[in-house]
Amino acid sequence: MSFYKVVEQYRDFNVPKFFDQVNDEDIILSMAKEKPDPMDLLTLLSPRAAGHLEAMARKAHQLTVQYFGRTIQMFIPLYISNYCNNGCAYCGFNHKNSILRRKLSLEEIEIEAKAIAKTGMQHVLFLTGEAQHMTPMSYLVDASRLLKKHFASVAIEVYPLEIEEYRQLYEAGVDSMTMFQETYDEGVYKRVHLAGKKMDYHWRLNGPERAAKGGMRVVNLGALLGLSEPRREMFFTGLHASYLENKYINTEVAISLPRFNEAEGDFQPDYLVNDKTFVQFMTALRIFLPRLGLTVSTRENATFRDRILPLGATRYSAGSSTGVGGYTEIPDGQTPQFEITDARSVAQVADAILAQGYQPIYKDWDCI
Amino acid sequence: MNDDLLLLGGKEFSNRLLTGTGKFGNHGQIPKMLAASGSQMITVALRRVDVSEQSENILEYIPKNVTLLPNTSGARNAEQAVRVARIAREAGCGDFIKIEVITDMKYLMPDNWETLKATEILAKEGFQVLPYVLPDLPLAKRLENAGAAAVMPLGSPIGTNRGLETKPLIAMLIENACVPIVVDAGIGKPSQAAAAMEMGADAVLVNTAIATARDPEAMGRAFDLAVKAGRAAYLAEMAEASTFARASSPLTGFLDEEQP
Repeated sequence: MSFYKVVEQYRDFNVPKFFDQVNDEDIILSMAKEKPDPMDLLTLLSPRAAGHLEAMARKAHQLTVQYFGRTIQMFIPLYISNYCNNGCAYCGFNHKNSILRRKLSLEEIEIEAKAIAKTGMQHVLFLTGEAQHMTPMSYLVDASRLLKKHFASVAIEVYPLEIEEYRQLYEAGVDSMTMFQETYDEGVYKRVHLAGKKMDYHWRLNGPERAAKGGMRVVNLGALLGLSEPRREMFFTGLHASYLENKYINTEVAISLPRFNEAEGDFQPDYLVNDKTFVQFMTALRIFLPRLGLTVSTRENATFRDRILPLGATRYSAGSSTGVGGYTEIPDGQTPQFEITDARSVAQVADAILAQGYQPIYKDWDCI
Repeated sequence: MNDDLLLLGGKEFSNRLLTGTGKFGNHGQIPKMLAASGSQMITVALRRVDVSEQSENILEYIPKNVTLLPNTSGARNAEQAVRVARIAREAGCGDFIKIEVITDMKYLMPDNWETLKATEILAKEGFQVLPYVLPDLPLAKRLENAGAAAVMPLGSPIGTNRGLETKPLIAMLIENACVPIVVDAGIGKPSQAAAAMEMGADAVLVNTAIATARDPEAMGRAFDLAVKAGRAAYLAEMAEASTFARASSPLTGFLDEEQP
């Protein structure tokens, strides 16, 4: 069975009708449950639950401190290629965009790695666009081995791979993978993915499961908030995480909540998620899955990131550059995949975390 | 003079509260908590220690008179645990090692089989091995035979603060084990630590309940008092509980008195 069975199970579920019937007692009950079920998650994602946000935030804070302590694990993204075969309507790396394409050589990756390592950061996430012919497995394996020499933990955000390929990367030193489904709505998925292998909804949907089978310690999921009705998207994201958590007990599951951000192109998202709704999503997910990793990226601005830190977050990216070679060069005319809005350095983000009474964790795992 | 010492791995401890470093909001809180709690042994996850010393090192916050108990948190099998233990020793963390092998990311239950394998290897290498386990008497005896310095059964799953949910199973270990029993994980309140000590545990390890309290220093002090009270009660040999009332001065005692 794959997660698609779960998607099918809820495909015709009338979410607006469910939301119409949610009352305050339901919300209080869902919040108080020791083991919330999918309907409790949906209850907490309902528009009516926004009226209970403070109580949800307190519960999310309490659960996060209980299970993770007052700690935030830090990581830094490293873009090593922006070549891409896909035609994603919303993405700056879209193959049709005439942007400066670049792929770092191993020597250049090492220069970037050394520059990042100087900041004290020990968890690195390397990313590529999705162009298998430009960044084949051999390149990913070499990059992994190289980065492992400089960092305690190496994560990937690359095109979906076969189980054996994930295993190869795991053996080369990669311990975590990130795979954003972008949208769980199959119809919308087809409308916004116009070219390339990414058009295959199922291949992508099953990517995290293949990674878990391939031995990845951490699997990080996400839907790009803006493409489809966001409350429904969060529901499926939570179900996806829960599905993996139950089926692959060796795998730590995490979620990111990327909100649509300005990129190359004229794409206008159908939905915008405001800060209040974003916080509701975060806290609902935390209450549903208390041990879930929750990643907050530099897509969010510094002030907002500081404020939401105690509400369930467990991982923060910091000092991010989304340009290829962005840590050692000033990217000349390069277009980032998306715009970052928290431009603070690693040290500045760490100071802000400390100021909140939390400890920035530079090294949380060493895949020895 | 305290003659009720805990002998653990060939070392004497006058304090029976072991603490952890995992969840503090600031490393600076650790020495204050240690001073307030009197804890003489503290566990540190080697996965968070930067042995290359590129960044801030948590070990700098642990006073020299406190014994380090590096743990193998993050290890998924015996092989990884053994590697972590060896690295800890090479990094100068001493010979004590807490074996923590966890493969289940949802409940964080220890893997007893892999833990036994790691204990067998490391005890032979001269480590003072403290295995963290689900309480199971046959396993505890095998760990003891393998050379474990203590057995650390969980009271309830890590971080849950649910207390001694495994109490009857821990009681079996206390009654039958020949090595110290240190109740580890799940203790959320000083009263639960006292209860573990009252039932005869040799020590308790508390992390979440102290580190995540609003005032970790004060909570460390509270746990110290609770552990001492529980231990004192155990040594005083508590009277048995009974279903029916027993008067302190029996009302019918005169009937047994000898008649002149």
